[in-house]
Amino acid sequence: MSTPDAPLPVELDHKRRRFRRANFVIGLVIVATVILTAILSAFWTPYDPSAISPSEVFLPPGSSGHILGTDQFGRDVFSQIMVGSQNALFVGVLAVMIAIVIGIPLGGLAAAKRGWIEDLLMRISDVIYAFPAVLTAILFVAAFQPGRTPAMIAIGIAYIPIVARVTRGAALSVFQLDFVTAARSYGRSQNFVFWRHVVPNILSVLIVQATVLFALAILAEAALSFLGLGTQPPTPSWGRSLRDAQTLISKAPGLAIWPGLAIAFTVLGFNLLGDGLRDALDPRLEVRNA
Amino acid sequence: MLGYVVRRFLIFLASVIAASLLVFFVMSVLPGDPAVVMLGTQATPESVEALREELGLNRPFLAQYFDWAWSAVRGDLGVSFFSGIAISGQIAERLKVTLPLAFMAMTMTILVAFPAGVFAAARHRRPGDTVVSVSSQIGLAIPAFWAGLILVTVFAVNLSWFPAGGFPGWDEGFWPAFQALLLPAISLALVQSAILTRYVRSAVLETLKLDFIRTARAKGLSRSAALWRHGLRNASIPVLTVLGLQFAALLAGTVVIESVFVLPGLGSMLLQAITRRDLFLVQGGAIVIVTFILMISLVVDIVYHFADPRLRAQ
Repeated sequence: MSTPDAPLPVELDHKRRRFRRANFVIGLVIVATVILTAILSAFWTPYDPSAISPSEVFLPPGSSGHILGTDQFGRDVFSQIMVGSQNALFVGVLAVMIAIVIGIPLGGLAAAKRGWIEDLLMRISDVIYAFPAVLTAILFVAAFQPGRTPAMIAIGIAYIPIVARVTRGAALSVFQLDFVTAARSYGRSQNFVFWRHVVPNILSVLIVQATVLFALAILAEAALSFLGLGTQPPTPSWGRSLRDAQTLISKAPGLAIWPGLAIAFTVLGFNLLGDGLRDALDPRLEVRNA
Repeated sequence: MLGYVVRRFLIFLASVIAASLLVFFVMSVLPGDPAVVMLGTQATPESVEALREELGLNRPFLAQYFDWAWSAVRGDLGVSFFSGIAISGQIAERLKVTLPLAFMAMTMTILVAFPAGVFAAARHRRPGDTVVSVSSQIGLAIPAFWAGLILVTVFAVNLSWFPAGGFPGWDEGFWPAFQALLLPAISLALVQSAILTRYVRSAVLETLKLDFIRTARAKGLSRSAALWRHGLRNASIPVLTVLGLQFAALLAGTVVIESVFVLPGLGSMLLQAITRRDLFLVQGGAIVIVTFILMISLVVDIVYHFADPRLRAQ
């Protein structure tokens, strides 16, 4: 395997580069669409997403101005999908924030201190890593109540070890660089050196990781809401809509299509964006992955 | 070598203890009194106090934990408050569904991902590679439970080829039980094979750049023979770690998939236990799942150590 110090080839493969750039652009467009939809839906939707209309239940897509039809209560499916994007992004942002706010200092501490502190922190992170997000959420819900906040916290906690490991791995190599040694010999504290010199140098790795975790958090929230452990009614959620659609699968199979597509579309966007950012922020990775 | 295995096993034991302590701690910070939660708000203070005494909730946290841990070591995880049935027996029964499901999904994942990953690597930067890469990118984005719902709609509701849900039990014969697990396993494998394909592809590509492949080719081996005989074998070592992580993800994934297909597995047991506020059952089930995940990590680490000659020599 090539090392980070391996010389870069003079000519990068342009075809491959174009393909990867296309991935990045598609990812960016999808993510921008989801974000704009979430913002727009806060002010406008074609119909009131929670308005019940008994005379318009199970309308097929395209009828009476309902682009994606209506559900068992006559609610407009398209408006619900639009508003559901707010929930997905909200959960994604907060869960990733929790993972980052706790994971970065832990990983940094392990890389800076080394020795038994590093061993202990990494062993703790291994133990937490053994708790999948769904299981952590089940424990949280058992201890508190089903809801978006416990689900978000559980997802965030489940991703702390991933952020801590990535931070530690990236920080270890930066701590060995000359300018860091210089800063330390200048009398700067380890804490100062980490935040002032190490973090800016590992930011690209962390941004890529955050993008990937964002996609995973959206999937985890959808799964938890599908199980009834996450977002509760009346807050619209894609996972929750799929849960409702499951009971109606023989009567209205179409209801199970749209929320799932919305989740897949959003996750695909964040994954492509993450891949694209990885290449854009670290060209050496492009060579290794090519 | 033996030293490594012993050290790794001790780490596993310490991790299991830490994980069970963590679960115990989360259960003990329940807002409100667990005895009240179990008996309901109509219970008299006397009955609540009697239950607290019976469950040992009046004793210090660590004393409760050590008592539970000592029983757990002997295979006794306590009794379900809701059904009065031994928790370890219930879990063993549920594992008869969850473990075969996870193994089936893992087998499918390997059967799809290895050929697809090697195919993509062999056709690097050609249309075949692009098709595999785009497919795996799409597979990564699909929630497994949604794939399950779509499979049920198509193959159970519309075509009636498979049951829409439920599990007849292994006593009814192998085929009906296998059929009931097939769609759930495909739903899980769909996403996991997308992940593994990417890893196999990049591991094979990485290996193909190494000198021994060039030597094998120089000695007259065809490209595909070098790829299959030497490339895949060497690429399998780093992929092993990913396989371990995926098996853990599959165990967690079964919780959701069991709910889609109404399977009586460990995941659905946990969800029922939450609805019934059967806290000891939640605790027991969670600890068993985490122990399995830690055990997989232990096995993968040891196999990895044996499989990689560089590590073996250290």
